[in-house]
Amino acid sequence: MENSRAPFKQIPVTYLRPSKGWLSVDFKELWRYRELIFFLTWRDIKVRYKQAVLGIAWAILQPLLTMLIFTVVFGILLDTPSQDLPYPLFSLSALLPWQLFASALQRSSVSLVGNANLITKVYFPRLAIPIASVFAALVDFGVSFLVLLGAMAYYRFWPGWNILWLLPIVVLVLLTALSVGLWLSALNVQYRDIQHMVPFIIQVWMYASPIVYPIEIIPEGIWRVLYGLNPMVGVIQGFRWALLDGEPPDMTMLISVVVVLLLLVTGLYYFRRMEKTFADIV
Amino acid sequence: MSNLALRVENISKQYRIGSSHHRPDTLRDLLTSNIRRIGHLLTHRRQDNQKGSDHIWALKDISFEVERGQVLGIIGRNGAGKSTLLKILSRVTDPTEGYGEINGRVGSLLEVGTGFHPELSGRENIYLNGAILGMRREEIDRKFDEIVAFSEVGKFIDTPVKRFSSGMYLRLAFAVAAHLEPEILVVDEVLAVGDAEFQRKCLGKMNDVAQEGRTVLFVSHNMSAILRLTEETLVLDNGKLVMRAKTPQAVDHYLNMGLTEQGQRDWSQDEGADQMSPFQPLKLRVLNIAGQVADTVNSAEGFSIEIEYNLTKPVNGLRVGLYMMTTRGEFVFTTFDTDDPGLFETFTLRPQGRYISRCMIPPNLLNEGRFVLGVNASIYRIQRFFQDDKALTFTVDATGAPGMQWPEKRLGPVRPDLQWRIENLT
Repeated sequence: MENSRAPFKQIPVTYLRPSKGWLSVDFKELWRYRELIFFLTWRDIKVRYKQAVLGIAWAILQPLLTMLIFTVVFGILLDTPSQDLPYPLFSLSALLPWQLFASALQRSSVSLVGNANLITKVYFPRLAIPIASVFAALVDFGVSFLVLLGAMAYYRFWPGWNILWLLPIVVLVLLTALSVGLWLSALNVQYRDIQHMVPFIIQVWMYASPIVYPIEIIPEGIWRVLYGLNPMVGVIQGFRWALLDGEPPDMTMLISVVVVLLLLVTGLYYFRRMEKTFADIV
Repeated sequence: MSNLALRVENISKQYRIGSSHHRPDTLRDLLTSNIRRIGHLLTHRRQDNQKGSDHIWALKDISFEVERGQVLGIIGRNGAGKSTLLKILSRVTDPTEGYGEINGRVGSLLEVGTGFHPELSGRENIYLNGAILGMRREEIDRKFDEIVAFSEVGKFIDTPVKRFSSGMYLRLAFAVAAHLEPEILVVDEVLAVGDAEFQRKCLGKMNDVAQEGRTVLFVSHNMSAILRLTEETLVLDNGKLVMRAKTPQAVDHYLNMGLTEQGQRDWSQDEGADQMSPFQPLKLRVLNIAGQVADTVNSAEGFSIEIEYNLTKPVNGLRVGLYMMTTRGEFVFTTFDTDDPGLFETFTLRPQGRYISRCMIPPNLLNEGRFVLGVNASIYRIQRFFQDDKALTFTVDATGAPGMQWPEKRLGPVRPDLQWRIENLT
């Protein structure tokens, strides 16, 4: 019984078998599904602003208002040192990568549960979901970046060639958010406690990063090394330096990269291990 | 080259029952269970938690092959494992045991409109849904016009789908899915929804797919659709493959199986019932005119059907209904206990307690033959508590029915006592 399909067409064979133990990540398959990642990202962005009156203006208002609050509370009232930068610029230059990180983390950690209807109905690499939600945070970042450029123009700061470092630093922010997001999203499928914890994690994390205060107030030595284990420390320092030429990133940057890679690899493995159960327990 | 589209061997799937309720919900439980798990890992005793009474086999040792271009039906009552099987075949979930081989892309229509977002327009949803179902962007571009034409949503294509009527929504969703071109198409209950015209269109499209030499696995409770579309059918029961046969034979077997209880169906010992549901079915009985439970009732005398159930908490807007079907799967009628406006008013809110909903079948309604009763308990458009599409079968005997002076078999499922007038015009 020959059918009408082209006889030379390569027909892929899929094997069904129980998956056991730790699986490696199938990057080739993930690449084949890149359009799905694109469409999921696009959906997240589109839906987010569809019913907001102010729409994308929120991406400008959020960092702007936060900067104002920080400037009043920490800059003026508490007179926090700011590496000889105007405090508004000091905090805004940290808020940008921070809000990118926070919103990417927030979105990715609830992404699997939010897409439960897809997970239980259709097959695709589950990694596409947290990855897409991390990308969706980039649009806000792009818009807020204009605010930062405006503030820099106001204070007459002109970025040098160091600005090219922003690209790898932004990639590092996304990877940090993704690596933690992988852990949290997979855990959240089984333990909904996670989604209640995420806002606190983000808040604590923010104060553990040099956003409202400069890194110098952390004592040198062992404390500084411990502090540097927070990958956002290196990231934020690097971001400030690339734009405003302040303190150049030191060893903390390297520690950040190592910590992120460690989190990412373990996160990927944990995610892959739990992946097969998502459809059954979500 | 092998001519098989797919082959599975001893596929089994185990679920933890009530896992969503027994799930450790606090961080403390999480930590302790993780420590325990690490303990198990270290001591190689992991298989311990595979056994035990809180696990059930949703599928057990399923083996079958499907040839390329075949349209295979899969039937079985609720909880028989049909959906689990389709989920495994479409790789949504992994089998616990066993092995399978699939030659070609699998497209699943497990539920039309999966991934549709109400805020997005029809056009946007076509792309999104297409990508979710595994289509490439250029593939969607190419088929876009065809999809829109098939869906008949026309000028509404740029309207958010939340403003679509349910019919338009379904047509659009099905249109996207129907334009997938997988080698193997897995379809679950698409036809349970939508109007007759839509169903006709879906069936037509599935026929086309099969004509093109692609393989279709079709799960449905709609026996007439199964009979029309498939040549061969698998019958699942309790997670096991009980029969594979030509479709008419399989349907017949399905509709008659497991009916050891005469005229009565008892759910009280069933493992299938959802313990969390406020509606707990107890019994379904067919009673003859004398009020005795009977497997055979007389059409000319009339009879009654009663459903006994417990409500574990008050339910607002509950309706308990019966579906009457022939053994060929054609519906005869559907009726609900609160169809009558008076009863609808009286029983808007049913307090907790034990109930019987009894339906009187008037004399001279059904033709002789075997009939299948389905039960449904739901709140209209809100929630379905319980459904069993073939809870019970019983026989109708037509002794004394109109027209018995001719001992022939009458066509049709009903045998009403109708008024005739004969006029002599000479």
